[in-house]
Amino acid sequence: MTAEPVTTEHVTTELNLRSSLHGMVADWSSDQRSFKSASWGKAMMWIFLVSDTFVFSCFLISYMTVRMSTTVEWPHPSEIFALEIGGKKIPLILIAIMTFDLITSSGTMAMAVNFAYARERRKAAILMLVTAFFGAAFVGMQAFEWTKLIHEGVRPWGNPFGAAQFGSSFFMITGFHGFHVSIGVIFLLIVARAVWRGDYDVGRRGFFTSRRGRYEIVEIMGLYWHFVDLVWVFIFAFFYLW
Amino acid sequence: MGLHLRILLSVVTSPTGELMTATTENTTHSHAPVAQAAQPAAQAHGQQHPIKLYLLVWGLLFFLSACSYLVDYFDFQGYLRWFLIVVFMLLKAGLIVAVFMHMAWERLALVVAILLPPLAVLVLMAMMAWEGDYTNYLRVIFFGA
Repeated sequence: MTAEPVTTEHVTTELNLRSSLHGMVADWSSDQRSFKSASWGKAMMWIFLVSDTFVFSCFLISYMTVRMSTTVEWPHPSEIFALEIGGKKIPLILIAIMTFDLITSSGTMAMAVNFAYARERRKAAILMLVTAFFGAAFVGMQAFEWTKLIHEGVRPWGNPFGAAQFGSSFFMITGFHGFHVSIGVIFLLIVARAVWRGDYDVGRRGFFTSRRGRYEIVEIMGLYWHFVDLVWVFIFAFFYLW
Repeated sequence: MGLHLRILLSVVTSPTGELMTATTENTTHSHAPVAQAAQPAAQAHGQQHPIKLYLLVWGLLFFLSACSYLVDYFDFQGYLRWFLIVVFMLLKAGLIVAVFMHMAWERLALVVAILLPPLAVLVLMAMMAWEGDYTNYLRVIFFGA
């Protein structure tokens, strides 16, 4: 068995090293840095997103726990989030529109990253502004939803539809998600302005860190934005559809 | 077993292994020129993929969202409902992470570091499901609800 020549392994291609287990071990045991394909900025955004994953997981798991443990019937999201359009009651339609809105914003963000790396800064900036617009629209619809529910008497400590824990779960989960979207919109506007002005071409220093930025910032911003969309996928499934 | 270790070692210390220690623009490593030449063009200019791919994923996400909405619209119940919801959810999440967040093109070292830790959440979920079930049982027993 040991007669097998080891030298064949030396011709391992770059692709193999990128995706194989051997490559992973090599990356982790190498000098200086483990994430070869990610800059520190990108790696830190990913690590932040992992920690944020745990925050939202805790919210969703606590929601699961209170929903399982209550003996009162859980309110039906399908009916609560229905809207009357043209005299017909359509179940959950507002949430469906919000979902499509957020997916669309993710699509425009992905294209903005592409144009930023291609150094087509006007296109990238406009696509980021479109993304910010869809994000703002999402927050607007959420504000509408909150207003409607509050008028109907839903409170964190009780509601007229069923189990009291519905209100606290709803406000906590959608509130934190909406907060993330809002922060995302603000940062999209800031980065879009920098891209539009060509800050990353001339090496202008940022207002916050006083460091020179690179077009990679658009991709890092994109990671955050797609994460917000990703969290909504889980909220949509577990809170609204379950 | 011994052979495996030797192969592993040879990869770590081989000339091709050296490739990986020098990478993107900001590392000043003696092997940097070699590495730059060896890297595909897309890598050198960040994550650039055809717009067509993004549009395809966009369309798929729309389709999958429509499917999960229809689960509610047609009012499926029981295990079928939960199964469909989870399948559509995981497919959507996978598409977003793999393509929009470019995980499909990252090195395994990053993929593993980012995607494995959240699985610990499943343990918490199992424990809290057990706990929630128990609390519910106690409430039924003692409050007769």
